[in-house]
Amino acid sequence: MKTNGKIYRISGPVVIISGLNTSMFDVVKVGNEGLMGEVIGIEGDKSTVQVYEETSGIRPGEPVENTGMPLSVELGPGLLESIYDGIQRPLPVLKTKMGDFIKRGVFADGLSREKQWDFVPTAKKGDKVKGGDIIGTVQETQNIEHRIMVPPDMSGTIEEIKKGKFKVDEVVCTLSGGKKLTMMQKWPVRKPRPVGKKLTPNKPLITGQRILDGLFPVAKGGTAAIPGPFGSGKTVTQQQLAKWSDTEIVVYIGCGERGNEMADVLNEFPELEDPKTGRPLMERTVLIANTSNMPVAAREASVYTGITIAEYYRDMGYDVSLMADSTSRWAEAMREISSRLEEMPGEEGYPAYLAARLSEFYERSGRVQSLCGKEGSITVIGAVSPPGGDFSEPITQNTLRIVKVFWALDAKLAQRRHFPAINWLNSYSLYTKALGDWYKENVSPEWQKLRDDAMELLQKESELQEIVQLVGSDALPEDQQLTLEIARMIREYFLQQNAYHEVDTFCPMDKQFKLLKSITKWGNMAQSALEGGVQIEDIMKSKTKDDLAKVKFEKDFDTALGVILKSMDEEFKSLGGK
Amino acid sequence: MTKEYKTIREIAGPLIFVEKTDPVGYNELVNITLPDGSTKRGQVLDTSEDIVVVQVFEGAGGLNRDSKVKFTGETIKLPVSKNLLGRILSGSGEPLDGGPRIVPEDRLDITGAAINPYARLPPKEFIQTGISTIDGMNTLVRGQKLPIFSGSGLPHNEIALQIARQAKVRGSDEQFAVVFAAMGITNEEAQYFMRDFERTGALERAVVFLNLANDPAVERLITPRLALTAAEYLAYEHDMHVLVILTDITNYCEALRQMGAAREEVPGRRGYPGYMYTDLASLYERAGVIKGRKGSVTQFSILSMPGDDITHPIPDLSGYITEGQIVISRELHRKGIYPPINVLPSLSRLMNSGIGATRTREDHKAVSDQLYAAYAEGKDLRGLVAIVGKDALSDRDKKFLEFADMFEDRFVRQGVDENRDIETTLDLGWELLASLPEAQLTRIDNKYIQKYHPAHKGKK
Repeated sequence: MKTNGKIYRISGPVVIISGLNTSMFDVVKVGNEGLMGEVIGIEGDKSTVQVYEETSGIRPGEPVENTGMPLSVELGPGLLESIYDGIQRPLPVLKTKMGDFIKRGVFADGLSREKQWDFVPTAKKGDKVKGGDIIGTVQETQNIEHRIMVPPDMSGTIEEIKKGKFKVDEVVCTLSGGKKLTMMQKWPVRKPRPVGKKLTPNKPLITGQRILDGLFPVAKGGTAAIPGPFGSGKTVTQQQLAKWSDTEIVVYIGCGERGNEMADVLNEFPELEDPKTGRPLMERTVLIANTSNMPVAAREASVYTGITIAEYYRDMGYDVSLMADSTSRWAEAMREISSRLEEMPGEEGYPAYLAARLSEFYERSGRVQSLCGKEGSITVIGAVSPPGGDFSEPITQNTLRIVKVFWALDAKLAQRRHFPAINWLNSYSLYTKALGDWYKENVSPEWQKLRDDAMELLQKESELQEIVQLVGSDALPEDQQLTLEIARMIREYFLQQNAYHEVDTFCPMDKQFKLLKSITKWGNMAQSALEGGVQIEDIMKSKTKDDLAKVKFEKDFDTALGVILKSMDEEFKSLGGK
Repeated sequence: MTKEYKTIREIAGPLIFVEKTDPVGYNELVNITLPDGSTKRGQVLDTSEDIVVVQVFEGAGGLNRDSKVKFTGETIKLPVSKNLLGRILSGSGEPLDGGPRIVPEDRLDITGAAINPYARLPPKEFIQTGISTIDGMNTLVRGQKLPIFSGSGLPHNEIALQIARQAKVRGSDEQFAVVFAAMGITNEEAQYFMRDFERTGALERAVVFLNLANDPAVERLITPRLALTAAEYLAYEHDMHVLVILTDITNYCEALRQMGAAREEVPGRRGYPGYMYTDLASLYERAGVIKGRKGSVTQFSILSMPGDDITHPIPDLSGYITEGQIVISRELHRKGIYPPINVLPSLSRLMNSGIGATRTREDHKAVSDQLYAAYAEGKDLRGLVAIVGKDALSDRDKKFLEFADMFEDRFVRQGVDENRDIETTLDLGWELLASLPEAQLTRIDNKYIQKYHPAHKGKK
């Protein structure tokens, strides 16, 4: 083993070293300050390293050391409520160690070595255990029980297992052959954690967002992409998902995004309540923040760090959702490093392996039976920021080939403040069929039809709009004018949702159903009134129609809706017709 | 003593390649002495045991293989002091105003370091600019970065100056210090800014960095970094609220492309380097508020969109980094409306945290949303009118059509020195909305309609 490694060349985040035996993806410490880097190429005596920290002032000839380990994360109790940078350094610890600005050469453990956790064994002496088996539990936060597992590559018979308060690096269990287990395990981020077997997703991820749950649902264990030009509300949508999704664990990766936005998330999450448990949302969340001006190599790694943590909780049998905002920044980090390596570029300067990397990442999602036999899932929701809002660019296209749900954000909708600005004509979900049974059992047998009718109306509206553009709406026959009006109600009353309104920000499935049903009911009654000879002008003046517009904001939704439905009956009766 | 080298192997554009050096640090500052005794400065772009690549800021004119290269052993630093205020410096930080050199209280690395997101305070203090389209509909807050997306021949400079003059946080007497960095703008434009700073007395509280159109393009790469370093120093060490005006980001990006081409890099979209996003982020992200520190850095950059194309890589990448954008419209400008701000594509991402009952007024968001929706609808109808004529419209549609005209004429239009406070702006909004049927105001909660709608206001 050669150990007299030194720096040969430096060009931004790419450093070439010589005189060191390395393997691909080994983590090395570069220079006098020991900056963290990862080997990404080997040629002869020289290795190419991407460095996760600023390289200004580093000189050729400075020493380099190989840790012999690939880039890994620490997995164990204490992950929840943490805020990490792209390589799992806790930001609060960095702040204590180096002040308000991120400086370099500072090392920080991913998990606190000081904190003690109450370990309760669930296995006993003499038990045969294999990789992934649960040997004990720790109450990590009030509602999340952290299940301590045997690392995937270990097995044996338990010779000793302890009980009581321990730090994460203290031995809690000894296996035959003297193998010692702590509550913490390390796992290389670029390698997916093994599972028992993959299962087909069959339950929707309920997000409380009407256009998502109602029209384009994603399944637990599924994948979704949100592409959109800037200002169309990607980040708000991602944050709404992180806040309200009904998964047990949320991993939120702010990858190359704005510092102020991350600050907002960091401030807001500890204060928000989980609608199910009433506890702060932060207690089920792991945040990874690598803003756009933090080192680009760490940005590249942040996505892997996040998904590895998600896999770890999935292995315990939890439903996990992972939001990556934005995968375009991640791909750009790849492009930047690739161009520094002077690799042959593929489309638009992105490396030729872009598609492979994207699909590898999304493929780490899924509903699985984990090694210990429990069922868990990872739902991956990736934001995409296509340049100029042009969906034909490589990242959007490669992503669409993989994901099953596509929420197309639309700048035009955002401009008229229709939020969430998800275009109902371009978006799709390939899970609607697979989830049909769930909706039938848990929402209502009528749901599927309501949804399909609403979609059909919206489709019809867009066709009619083309005519209206030419001749004006008054030239349309009355029944078509009514169709336009009902479609407008679906758009404005149902699809529009105000993320900043205390009531409207989260809409349970039951409420979604009732709201859509009431709009449809008004539509049907109006239709029969029109057929019965009532003037369209009179129908349009309907007061209950206007009341429906605001009912979603009511705290006591059911009562308010009940009143409206009642007066709707009376109103149409008084309109007459036959 | 640091050694001098006369081992230049190659000169290519603004780059020189130096051989056989002792180890040289990445990003190090370089002094170059020409045979005629004049000096230039440069920065290390790539360093290895065999060869060092240096980019020369003042351009390679006059350089030859006999020039002497000296590596200073440190990265580029800006001498900072409170006395920077009132000074005019060149694009590389040398005094241009005939004043003395800055006696430094500190010397700071101009690359700056990223603010730990955990140390940031989410910006939420409302800045009143006195311009209705900004305050009412795209509110600026302290610590935000909000660029003006403009085009050639549009009055972005007037707007930037109006903001610099009028911007204030309500209920406080604190003044903004202004850091102004010109990158590749013409002498005439620079004079325009300077005259206005002098006229309003703003110069005393300003630091000016000038890299003009005839100054070397490479220098443009450090000018904004000098400006932001000065801004951060004044904000975080001297508790000032600093408004940074960078103009023109497009010239900066051109310089970046020029350097990329000189280094024979693989180009990205339209020839701009693939790392332009990261590079721009390293400028824009140097805005914010830090927990426990009093000052703040707010950025207001000007960016002229080539061909008014918002999907061009420069505005596009900027839009993904900044917290919104103010878009100047040629159409409104042609109609003679000042400030010709088109609110529809404009956006302030931090608006929602800066407005509301405690900061501006409770009805602010509702009014703004309703104005947006109504104006968007009215503008759509204009397209329809062009085809079918006004008579084919329903009464409701006619109202929206008229609304759009009134909105442009009364809400958007205002005087260069007209400073509207937020109440005036919101009341004006209500006045316009009152022309629409009340049932159409679907974005506004009924309780606000009762309280603020001119038809109900004051009645009980």
